[in-house]
Amino acid sequence: MATTAEFRTCPDTGLVFHKPAETLMKLNAVAGIVFLLVGGVLGLMLGLTRWPAVHLLPADWFYLLLTAHGLGVLVFWIIFFEIAVLYFTSSTLLKCRLATPRWAWLGFILMLIGSITTNVAIFQGGSSVMMTSYVPMSAEPHFYLGLILFAVGALIGCFVFLGTLVIARAERTYGEGSLPLVTFGALTACIIAIFTIASGAIVLIPTLLWKIGYISYMDPLVYRVIWWAFGHSSQQINVAAHIAVWYAIAGVVFGAKPLSEKVSRMAFLLYILFLQLASAHHILVDPGISSEWKIFNTSYAMYLAVMASMIHGLTVPGAIEAAQRHKGFNKGLFEWLRKAPWGNPSFSGMFLSLIIFGFLGGISGVVMGTEQINLIIHNTLYVPGHFHATVVGGTTLAFMALTYWLIPVLFRREVMFPGLAKWQPYLFGIGMSGFSLFMMGAGTLGIPRRHWDISFSGALFSHDFPATAQLLLGVMGISTILAVIGGAAFIIVAVGSVFFGKRKDPAVKFSMPLIAPSVTVDHARIGFAGVAVPGTLVLALVFLTAFVLYYFVNWKYLSSVWGLS
Amino acid sequence: MSTLSSPSERVWWKTPVERVELLWVGIALVWGIIMTIMMPYWHVVGKQNLSNEAYRTTPEAFAKKTQAMVDQYTVRTETERQFPVVAPPAGSDVYLIARLWDWWPILELENGKSYRLHLTSMDWQHGFSLQPENINVQVVPGYEMVITITPNKAGAYTVVCNEYCGIGHHKMIGKIYVK
Ligand code: HEM
Ligand SMILES: [Cu+2]
Ligand SMILES: [Cu+2]
Repeated sequence: MATTAEFRTCPDTGLVFHKPAETLMKLNAVAGIVFLLVGGVLGLMLGLTRWPAVHLLPADWFYLLLTAHGLGVLVFWIIFFEIAVLYFTSSTLLKCRLATPRWAWLGFILMLIGSITTNVAIFQGGSSVMMTSYVPMSAEPHFYLGLILFAVGALIGCFVFLGTLVIARAERTYGEGSLPLVTFGALTACIIAIFTIASGAIVLIPTLLWKIGYISYMDPLVYRVIWWAFGHSSQQINVAAHIAVWYAIAGVVFGAKPLSEKVSRMAFLLYILFLQLASAHHILVDPGISSEWKIFNTSYAMYLAVMASMIHGLTVPGAIEAAQRHKGFNKGLFEWLRKAPWGNPSFSGMFLSLIIFGFLGGISGVVMGTEQINLIIHNTLYVPGHFHATVVGGTTLAFMALTYWLIPVLFRREVMFPGLAKWQPYLFGIGMSGFSLFMMGAGTLGIPRRHWDISFSGALFSHDFPATAQLLLGVMGISTILAVIGGAAFIIVAVGSVFFGKRKDPAVKFSMPLIAPSVTVDHARIGFAGVAVPGTLVLALVFLTAFVLYYFVNWKYLSSVWGLS
Repeated sequence: MSTLSSPSERVWWKTPVERVELLWVGIALVWGIIMTIMMPYWHVVGKQNLSNEAYRTTPEAFAKKTQAMVDQYTVRTETERQFPVVAPPAGSDVYLIARLWDWWPILELENGKSYRLHLTSMDWQHGFSLQPENINVQVVPGYEMVITITPNKAGAYTVVCNEYCGIGHHKMIGKIYVK
């Protein structure tokens, strides 16, 4: 049993922190934010290179930094932060000591060594292979080694999380009932992470052995299939994790309760059952993969996972709407939304994350994951457009929103530059939305991804992309700058507060409580026309309309190109 | 009892469901079924599908077949590198090599006619991206992919490489002419 001396009760929220867990949460979150900072600087340089009028970097640096950017943000930033989220949702929310802090330290150190090793390999110059490192192109051995070490460290983090759940259950630290919804969501993320890391090991360990000469041949198609079992499911960790964060912020800011525990939890379970299976949408135009399998894999598997996301897309704002209506904002369709705390960056960041993830990332992802439509999208700039909406506008923004709340609660500091913090989610969210949308537009017009020079300087032939595409790349460049300003604002506020912020005095209350008292809503007494959350339903129907229209527009566009059979 | 604490009901799957949730689950399910049907439907009525015909191959075997086509059907050469422009008969098998960093040779096709296009890579992975049509397929070494193509507009088309293939990636462009 842990001693009470190892715990601290947060005077503002009543949350109970296990001190060794608290230290590890802080370290993981800070390591993640450092990688986000580096990745953001690289993103700026990449964005300025893809802006034809600026074309900042030379070719070798562009590809080098693109490799560093992809891994640094997609893998290192996100996963460090997710480990912090796992420890928070287990140890803190369950009021339980962290299982084996020593192992958690080992995991952290391995992740740190791994991420640094891979970055060293990249910056030495011999490993500009992109994060996907498609064979037979190869990187230096320590490029793979670093990734493997990082994965082992993350795996240890997952098991520490699971161990903590077991202890909490055994010691009844959170009572007799089920796990809190947020922890339940984190648990799904953790299970998917274990599957992901196993796939990563299956593909990266042989690649390392191949590189140092123990294996003579790596089949490039088999590599792609297994790499994407890893690459795709790693994105599902993010989805499950950031949706858990949405629910957490709904709980923190509004005291919201899910519309029903059952539906929200079933939706999380669907992720485990289907999401990681749906990796075929990355290999829809690869040779030798049958249409039957592609269709099975992207429909049965993928659409049930899509359904789960659509459910969360309804239940998260629905829970907020119910809580708001209960508090008296019960007039009309949208009073609850108008009167929401738009000046609180935790809320605005979370809500923008929801909108960007759904409308931009979600719809584009399903459309390009359609077997035939992928033909007119694969490997164009549309693809990074899509995933900057999901993993930056969605996951990253949600994590930023959570950080604003963690600064006083976990780090016990006051948020520095509150005025800047208030605007940050808007700057970043709008900048990223523009960036994503314009990339998607340019991709629709054929602009390739991972491409240094679309004017093809030095090539034997020439080709002119449509003027509209050039224009879109220009406005994409401008959005890059906006998004980077938003990203920098976050770093300034977060790093500033954590390292130089004023220690938070518990006597000083914020204008908003750091954790709202939870509300139990009688759904019969709110809303109208028999619908408890009519505003959310309208938003959902708007979403559906956009989805259906955009889906069929793409079929129409497909039907105009050359016949293929 | 908020999202951050245990639900009041001990067993979560026995909790009541909100009506609007059921409605939305139903809508999402129907929409998923429609999208599922669209793909096989397009295989039946649509004109843009991959047959997924593919074979294992080697660079030598593929280069030999391509060379035979070039020897037989070259109509002229272009550029200082004497790139052959090949005009094979309609309905025939045509070959396109992806390699660091060209698409070889140039093909000259007839509008409205079909050709069996064979694609592979001699070295790393490449991306066949036909512009301005914007048709994109992955080109993987060791695998020969066959697609029956039917151009529907005359013009000079460009094949761009859209899978990163090293420092010369941006120079890797080729041509397909449709008369
Ligand atoms: C303001 C911030 C950011 C900017 C301006 C930015 C910009 C870019 C640009 C220009 C590219 C290259 C696209 C191409 O040529 O194919 C890129 C690629 C990418 N970005 Fe970002 N990015 C930002 C933040 C992020 C974040 C936060 C993440 C992940 C959480 C992320 C993940 C990626 C990934 C995975 C790639 C693809 C790398 C590859 O193709 O291998 N980016 N980004
Ligand atoms: Cu290439
Ligand atoms: Cu290339």
